[in-house]
Amino acid sequence: MTHLLEVRNLGVNFKTYGGEVKAVRDVSFHVNKGEIVAIVGESGSGKSVTVQTIMGLIPKPPAIINAGNIYFQGQDLLTLSKKQMRKVNGSKISMVFQDPMTSLNPTMKIGKQIAEALIVHNNLSKAEAKEKAIEMIRLVGIPNPEERYEQYPHEFSGGMRQRAMISIALACSPELLIADEPTTALDVTIQAQVLELMKDLKEKINTAIILITHDLGVVAETAERVIVMYAGMIVEISSVEDIFNNPKHPYTWGLLESIPDITATSEKKRLIPIEGTPPDLFSPPKGCPFAPRCKFAMEICMDQMPPEMEISEGHSARCWLNDPRSPAPEEVIQQGRKSS
Amino acid sequence: MYFVKRFLAMFLTVWIIATLTFIVMKFIPGDPFATDADVFPEEVLENLRAAYNLDKPVPVQYFLYMKDLVTFDLGTSIVSNTRSVNQIIGDGLPASAILGLLSMAIAIFFGVILGVIAALNHNKAIDHISMVIAIIGISIPNFILAPLLIKYFAVDWRILPVASWGTWQHTILPALALSTTPLAVVARYMRSSMLDVMNQNYMKTAEAKGLSTYRLVVQHGIRNAILPIITFIGPLFVSLITGTFVIEKIFAIPGMGRYFVDSIFNRDYPVIMGTTVFYSLILVVTLFLIDMSYRFIDPRIKLTSKGG
Repeated sequence: MTHLLEVRNLGVNFKTYGGEVKAVRDVSFHVNKGEIVAIVGESGSGKSVTVQTIMGLIPKPPAIINAGNIYFQGQDLLTLSKKQMRKVNGSKISMVFQDPMTSLNPTMKIGKQIAEALIVHNNLSKAEAKEKAIEMIRLVGIPNPEERYEQYPHEFSGGMRQRAMISIALACSPELLIADEPTTALDVTIQAQVLELMKDLKEKINTAIILITHDLGVVAETAERVIVMYAGMIVEISSVEDIFNNPKHPYTWGLLESIPDITATSEKKRLIPIEGTPPDLFSPPKGCPFAPRCKFAMEICMDQMPPEMEISEGHSARCWLNDPRSPAPEEVIQQGRKSS
Repeated sequence: MYFVKRFLAMFLTVWIIATLTFIVMKFIPGDPFATDADVFPEEVLENLRAAYNLDKPVPVQYFLYMKDLVTFDLGTSIVSNTRSVNQIIGDGLPASAILGLLSMAIAIFFGVILGVIAALNHNKAIDHISMVIAIIGISIPNFILAPLLIKYFAVDWRILPVASWGTWQHTILPALALSTTPLAVVARYMRSSMLDVMNQNYMKTAEAKGLSTYRLVVQHGIRNAILPIITFIGPLFVSLITGTFVIEKIFAIPGMGRYFVDSIFNRDYPVIMGTTVFYSLILVVTLFLIDMSYRFIDPRIKLTSKGG
C-alpha cells in the first residue's frame, strides 16, 4: 500500500462486432513515488489501453473493465465517479500523448491550453494562471515564453508542440505522469531533447513517470524499471539492468535481438526478427500467448498459462522455463542469451 | 492583397450574373404587353416598347441597362409603371430581412444545440430521436408545415395571429415554418462535425486535463466543430433573407419573394433583372464577409491567406 500506483489483476475487453477482444489480461504492477517505469511491447500489446484505463480515458462502451483494481495513493480509481476522476486527472495524474501534431486544440492559444488546467484544479485567477503558464513554457525550454503564450499550435514545430504538451501535463505538478510514446512522432535529435527534458523535470517536480515506448534504447536511457507486455499480458518485470543483463523471458530475448548494434564489428551480425505474429486476441491461446512464436516452447507452454515466477527481488517473468522442473532451464536460457 | 482581390472578384461575379440573367431573360418567349395586345392599338404598344427601350436591338438594351446598373438605378417596373425597382426592393426587403434573420437565428441556434446533443449521445436513443426529427424537418415542405402551424397556434389555440405583418407576434409562425428545414440541415451537419471533433486527439488531451463537461464540450468541442457550419451559413442567409415566395404568400407578408415570382410571370424585365442582381449582390457580399470572418474564427487561416 506504500506504492504510489498499484494496478492489480486488471482486465479490459473491447466489445466489437466480431466478438470481445481481450486487450488487457491480468495485469499487475506498481509504480513508486518519483521513479520512471517503462512499459515496452509491440503495437496491440495493451500498453496504451492499460494506461488509458488508469486515467479513465477508455471509452466505455466499447471497453469493459472486467477485473482488477487500480490503487492510486491508496484509493481505487476504478470505483471513482466521472466527476471524482476529473479531480484526479490533470492535477495528480496527467498524460502526454504520442502525436503532438494532433494532440493540441488547433483553435486555442497554447498558453490558454496550459492555463486551463491551472484554473480548473488550482483555483487560480486568470492572471495568476497566465503567469504560471508562462513560467511552465519557460521551464520546458521554449524561448520567448510571453510571445509563445499568445500563439496557436500551428505556429509551433513538432518538438515545440511536444514540449508544450509536457508543460500542459506538468502544470499542476502531478504525482504521476503518463507518457504514451512521447517521442515516437519526433525525429531522433528532438527525441533525445524531449527525453532529457522529461528526466530533468522529473528531478525538479519529483513526478513518477510511466513511459510507454517500443524503443529499448529509450528504456535504457531513462527508465529505472521495465515492464514487458505481450498480447495484453505482462511477460516480464524487472529493473532496467536485469532486462538487459539477465532477461528471463524468450519474448524479451527476442526484443533484445532485434535492436541494431552499431558497435558490432562482424558484418555478418544481422537483426533477428521474432518470427510469426501476435495471437488473435478474440480467442487467445489457453497456454502461454507467446508459445506459438517461441523457439523454446515446451508441451506445457501450449496447455497451461505460466504463472508469474519470481526470479529475484523485483524481477519476475511469466515463462515455464523458469520453473525448476523444466528440463535443464539454465542450458536453454544460456542458449537463448547467447543469441542475444 | 488577398482582400483586394476578393473584393474585385465580387463585382465581377455580380456582373457575370447580371449578364447571364439578361441573356436568359431575352430567351423567354413572351412580352410584357402581351395581355394588352388585344386592347391597345399597335401604335400605343410601339410607344410603350419605345419607352422601355424594348424597340432597340438587344446589345443596345444590354448596354443601356448596364449603364444604369453602375449607378444602382434598376429602372422602373413595367407592370406598375409608377414604381421604380429600387422602391419595390425597398418596400419588400425589411419584412423579408426580418423574417430571414429571425429564422436563420432559430435554425442555427437550435440546429447547433440539437446536433451537439445528438453527437454527445452518439448511438443512444436521444441521438436517434434527434436525427429522426431532423429527417422529418428536412422532408416536410414548409407549405405543409405553415398551414399546420396556423391551424394549431392561430385557429385552435388562438395564441398567435393567423397571418399578415406588423407586430413581433406576426413574425413567429412564418419564421418557424421557414426555419425547420435549415434547422434540420444544420443539426445534421453539426452532429457529424461534432462526432468528428470528439474523435480528435486533442479532445483526449482536454479530457486528460480533467476539465468540466462544459469546458470540454463548448470550448474544445463546439468551438472546433462549428467551423464547417459557417460555410453553410452564407447561402442559407441569402436564401432566407431574400424571402421565400411560398411562406410570404401563405402568411400574406409584404416581402420580396412575391415581386420576384410575379415579375417572371409578367415578363416585367426591369424587376426580374433588379431582384436577381440584388439577390446576387447580397450573396456575394455575405460570402465575402464569411470568408473574411474565417480569419478571426479559425487562427490557422491567417497564415495561408498571407501566402496567397
